[in-house]
Amino acid sequence: MRKILEVEGLSKVYGSGCPECFRLTGPDMDTNICPRCGSVVAAHDLTFDLFEGEILGIIGESGSGKSTAVKCLYFDQPPSSGRALFHDQGEQHDLFQINRAKQRQLANHRFGMVYQNPHLGLNFGISAGGNIAERLLMSGARHYSDIRLRARTLLERTEVLGERMDELPKNFSGGMQQRVQIAKALAIEPPLLFLDEITTGLDLSVQAAILDLILEIQQELNTSMIVVTHDLGVIRLLAGRTMVMKYGRIIESGLTDQILEDPQHAYTQRLVASSL
Amino acid sequence: MLIKPVLKVEGYSKHFHLHEQNKVIPSSHDVNLEVFAGQLTALIGPTGSGKSSVLNGIFRTYLPSNGRILYATEDGHTIDLALADEHRILELRRNEIAFVTQFLRFLPRQATEDVVAQPLCRQGVEHGQALERAHQMLAALNIPERLWSVSPATFSGGEKQRVNLARGLISKPRLLLLDEPTASLDSKTTDLVVERIEALKNEGTAILAIFHHPELVERMADHVVQLSVPKPVKHECEQIMENV
Amino acid sequence: MSPAAGYNFGFLDEYAKKEIRRATLKAVAIPGYQVPYSSREMPMGRGFGTGGLQLTLALIGAGETLKVIDQGSDDSVNAVNLRSFIEMTCPGIDTTTSVDEADLIQSRHRIPEKPLREDQLLVLQVPYPDPLVIVEPSEDKRKVQHGEADYSRLLVKLYEDLVHFGEITISHRYPTRINDHYVIDPSPIPRWDVPKIHQSKALILLGAGREKKIYAVPPYCKAEPLAFDDVPFRVEDFCDEQGVRRACTRCGCTTSFLDEFVDSTCGEKIYQCSDSDWCDEVMGEQS
Repeated sequence: MRKILEVEGLSKVYGSGCPECFRLTGPDMDTNICPRCGSVVAAHDLTFDLFEGEILGIIGESGSGKSTAVKCLYFDQPPSSGRALFHDQGEQHDLFQINRAKQRQLANHRFGMVYQNPHLGLNFGISAGGNIAERLLMSGARHYSDIRLRARTLLERTEVLGERMDELPKNFSGGMQQRVQIAKALAIEPPLLFLDEITTGLDLSVQAAILDLILEIQQELNTSMIVVTHDLGVIRLLAGRTMVMKYGRIIESGLTDQILEDPQHAYTQRLVASSL
Repeated sequence: MLIKPVLKVEGYSKHFHLHEQNKVIPSSHDVNLEVFAGQLTALIGPTGSGKSSVLNGIFRTYLPSNGRILYATEDGHTIDLALADEHRILELRRNEIAFVTQFLRFLPRQATEDVVAQPLCRQGVEHGQALERAHQMLAALNIPERLWSVSPATFSGGEKQRVNLARGLISKPRLLLLDEPTASLDSKTTDLVVERIEALKNEGTAILAIFHHPELVERMADHVVQLSVPKPVKHECEQIMENV
Repeated sequence: MSPAAGYNFGFLDEYAKKEIRRATLKAVAIPGYQVPYSSREMPMGRGFGTGGLQLTLALIGAGETLKVIDQGSDDSVNAVNLRSFIEMTCPGIDTTTSVDEADLIQSRHRIPEKPLREDQLLVLQVPYPDPLVIVEPSEDKRKVQHGEADYSRLLVKLYEDLVHFGEITISHRYPTRINDHYVIDPSPIPRWDVPKIHQSKALILLGAGREKKIYAVPPYCKAEPLAFDDVPFRVEDFCDEQGVRRACTRCGCTTSFLDEFVDSTCGEKIYQCSDSDWCDEVMGEQS
């Protein structure tokens, strides 16, 4: 089993930052806002590995910083410090050291990202099929009928009716928009996929269908995934290993079933006990 | 000739540290057992003696508090499951160790045949083949064909239990952990299950099981391990407080 | 007009001309790249060819021959205006309506039918230089996309056209990839003229005065209109309902780009060569 991603000491501070920021924030201090300088320590010292074909869950409540790592890894935000190595096709990419052009290249061709808000992941000005075509065109596809067929196939795979592929995303329900996002993220079969609260806000039945789909696709393509969520049910279904975050720190990590059945940290115990 | 056990548990103990209530709850204490290939070891003991806890500890759903869980892998190594790397555990769960709990966990819309085929698919078996074997297993456990393409969500307790078993048995694991596999079944269906378990035994699977009925223990077990209720709370708590 | 009247040769001062020439050299060195330059105020409004005009003024010299056309015609108002101004400010140049005789041709919206020679220069007037403007409003992002040759947004527009209309609806300003990297807006020339840019013997310069950009397609450069592998680029076909290729009512040519008029006397549609010099030449050959 090989590592696909190695993250070391990832930190993200919003604001000016000061030498006391890390000492005065965190789960022990019960805050992620530095009382000295007012900066928000969204994440501090995140260290974890992701292996090929595995699904890693990151769970936490609002303000836990669970989305921060993913935002930094997908280059939506620069980290304040830390290192991330991406292993791909025999090469090693130091994600925060390479230039923007290389970062964009990786993000466009080797990563997939599904946001909680479809507006971030989809272009609402073009059709659902067009969104997928864009991704394919970016990777060099130039045959119109092939592109069309692939877009249709992907949409049908994510259970969006083929007949609706030429409609604008604004005509779709939230669940369907998410599915178009997933289809788009998977269009080029990226080895690494980030899923940021993708089922939050959706109806339960839709959630179930989408999670189901994610698992099937993961099985087929052996995609490595990081799933960020606050929902224990999602973690239980999808992730083999899970990290629990609070106030920007990883407070516990381990096998998902162990985290849920035998949580060690007080906060994790409270979290698991609170689940409906 | 001394045959090496597939699984050797030495001094397994488990207690839960509940931070909120500031309590320590003992679960198992000082359990020792061995499981051999092609043989079944049964765990018996009163309620609260920690039988399920042992299975959970072996499977790493529980983090053992103490003890060693020595497992002989397919490729000839011996590892302590209590200390093994998480990815190793996941790999073993996928390829060598199966756990049939009392609860059937499945995806909301998965068809029964897919639920059962899943362990094979995870191992890389081609989907069509996996489904065929799933069908065979379901048939052997008397689940009617009309239910195969339906989600087990609406099944009876006994049907769910059989689906659970089918999934656990299908991949012919090296080590199989069974937690009351026949609890919700009538005697006829119980016989079918017993047949399946015997078949696995003959193929070399090492089985550690908790049975509901004593006569099943009689029927199936090659070894029996008796557990007793773990020592009282206070003593444990003081010990732990001292060690902290 | 002489220097005594206070104007430099070519109306622009030497520094302005130098800057334009430098920008032009850079444009030629990086085929298809939009080079920014400080576009001077000209004695005519923006949108009337000030970009093309500045290029011509910076490059033409005494003893050279100029042709100016607008939509293929030498005698439209704008062409006449520009030609007069250039003649006035560049004493010693000759003007002509003949493509053969011209050293420098400034044109709005058409490339002459007659293939140009290596010793000729074509200056095209450009309203909007950036083909990405229709799909990406942010200039910063456009610059990055050009730099990385990421034209997926533009290609998606073509895809959407095909989906909704069955064909690509861009009729003029067809995005064309130069030398396998930059995609340019070749100015509002019709599709018919786009193939002339490919492997052209003459240097083609494009100037946008309002948008302050100069770009170029050097001679013998690759110029490929954007298309899909299975939906190739096609030009206007000028066929009537029976599928017969229309001819110019004046000279009878069936191989040129035709303008459609309504005859004021009979009220019928008639077709004539857009390139007036070409039409004259064909007429001349017939007599």
